[in-house]
Amino acid sequence: MKIEARSLSFSVRGKTLLQDVSLAVQPGETLALVGPNGSGKSTLMRLLSGLAKPSQGDVLLADQPLARLTRREIAQRIAIVEQQADTAERITARSVVELGRTPWLSALKPWSGEDTQHVDKALRTVEMEEFAPREWSTLSGGERQRLHIARALAQRPGLLLLDEPTNHLDIHHQLSILNCIRNLKVTTVVALHDLNQALTCDRVAVLSHGRLVALGAPAQALAPETVSEFFGIKARWARDAAGDAPFLSFQLA
Amino acid sequence: MSAAAALAWQGARGACLALPVLAAAVLAGTMIGETSLAPDLVLSVLANKLAGAGLPVDPVDQGIIWSYRLPRALVAGACGAALAVAGVVLQALLRNALADPYILGISAGASTGAVAVTIAGLGGGALSLSFGAFNGALLAFGFVAILARAAGAGGSRAAAAQIVLAGIAGSQLFNALTAFIIAKSANADQARGIMFWLMGNLSGVRWPDVWLAVPLAIAGWMICRFHARALDAFTFGSDSAASLGIPVRRVQLVLIFATALTTAVMVSIVGSIGFVGLVIPHAARFLVGPGHRRLMPVAALTGAVFLIAADIVSRIIIPGQVLPIGVVTALIGAPSFAVILVRGQRTAR
Ligand SMILES: Nc1ncnc2c1ncn2[C@@H]1O[C@H](COP(=O)(O)OP(=O)(O)OP(=O)(O)O)[C@@H](O)[C@H]1O
Ligand SMILES: [Mg+2]
Repeated sequence: MKIEARSLSFSVRGKTLLQDVSLAVQPGETLALVGPNGSGKSTLMRLLSGLAKPSQGDVLLADQPLARLTRREIAQRIAIVEQQADTAERITARSVVELGRTPWLSALKPWSGEDTQHVDKALRTVEMEEFAPREWSTLSGGERQRLHIARALAQRPGLLLLDEPTNHLDIHHQLSILNCIRNLKVTTVVALHDLNQALTCDRVAVLSHGRLVALGAPAQALAPETVSEFFGIKARWARDAAGDAPFLSFQLA
Repeated sequence: MSAAAALAWQGARGACLALPVLAAAVLAGTMIGETSLAPDLVLSVLANKLAGAGLPVDPVDQGIIWSYRLPRALVAGACGAALAVAGVVLQALLRNALADPYILGISAGASTGAVAVTIAGLGGGALSLSFGAFNGALLAFGFVAILARAAGAGGSRAAAAQIVLAGIAGSQLFNALTAFIIAKSANADQARGIMFWLMGNLSGVRWPDVWLAVPLAIAGWMICRFHARALDAFTFGSDSAASLGIPVRRVQLVLIFATALTTAVMVSIVGSIGFVGLVIPHAARFLVGPGHRRLMPVAALTGAVFLIAADIVSRIIIPGQVLPIGVVTALIGAPSFAVILVRGQRTAR
């Protein structure tokens, strides 16, 4: 499902958090969103998901203005995993993932076997089947994050918005979740801090101080000069002995 | 079609489980009292009144059962169920374990309205205490709602906290008004009477109260039950609920107004009975977990049975005297809740 941002701006109480951001993500594409802390990644995610309304500009989902869809219609198309979401409820891991089916259920369309299948599949994708009966408060940070991702997958969205989905994960699960996301046919926008992981996505967008400063193929958008300038460090291409694809290496400037 | 049938089947099955328990509780409520009456006597009275059976029954007994105890038990049940469900809904919506039906200023406003009518003499004696209490409750709730709105509860992020804070401010204000009126113009007897009413009092309940409380409790329950899945979606906050397709503002508005209105009516009939709306939801959560489709019926049933039982105890525990029911709910409720808390903790391991 295609999503397009047309000169989005967002400000709260006179402070501009995002200014004139335009980008389009094609169906099936995975776009990485990178930028320093406070550059506006989460804000852009909230605008794309309709959780916040832009001060100026429009979001188009499959060429339709997002503002014209109801919350339920949006939720049947877009799933978002926010940076932090916690609860004090004594809810089980499985029921967290079951929440993802909410937009597809109604009084006349109660829970069915199909919903159970989607939940099972999502739990399998994030390798959390054995944790299904466990209580939320007993899970580790990474396990909780994987459940949030599973919840989003169970939503069966056409567009997946992930805000730093790998920040609590061990290296195995970082790679396996990213791999799974890239292989999904779903259009995905993923905010990342690991620039080398961003390199493996289809395209990369760089945000700085609320502006879109680079957008394009990974090697081009994350050219060492760009990275050095916007992150305030010294970056260069490096290669290891195995001589595969080059990766970025960093040093304090 | 089959979906609708499944739904009807679910509802019917639930009713089949709940109704006998409720009926037994109401029967106990009519049998037990200062003079104990046999169950067959109660059933004969019911047969006479409902089906015109014309069975021979002592008219005094018939009067006690039909005009006093039965309406009292029915209102206690309706009130317990409504308060418990309101507590479940507000705790979920405001994401606050300490939320109860009175958190929106309703009980404080009701007491101000009650003392304004009975002590300050508002309306020159033409207005009843319940009328004053109901309007006071609505006034306080209106104040809280406007304050919450002005404090930015519209924007979703910190909305829940803003509503709770506005409720606290409103409660404080109206409690101070109540204290002011009592200090300024009440004599000791009046003050004691108001104290009694504030702790909950079912002795004035008659049939017209039943016709108000029972349908309202059922309507409130249906509105809340219809939103069970939406309440589940609030587990991770209102943003997460919105991203799951819940129209957050509308659901908040509908549910808050529904619970406020039901609570205001209940308070105006029986006074502000504490504890039920706060603790029954937690007790029910320990029993069946946090999913609202099971939690809501269990809380309603537990609340109804609990309040009917508390009313029985309040009538018989001190011979010749009726205790305020709020005292009983807290005295029985607190220890039993302590037991549930401790056992719940153990089974969680
Ligand atoms: N409600 C608000 N009021 C004022 N400033 C805000 C508000 N919300 C966010 N900001 C500011 O907007 C900027 C962008 O925030 P955002 O959360 O989008 O950053 P981010 O790129 O996701 O950062 P991070 O990498 O730390 O997650 C930050 O400087 C933040 O302090
Ligand atoms: Mg962020």
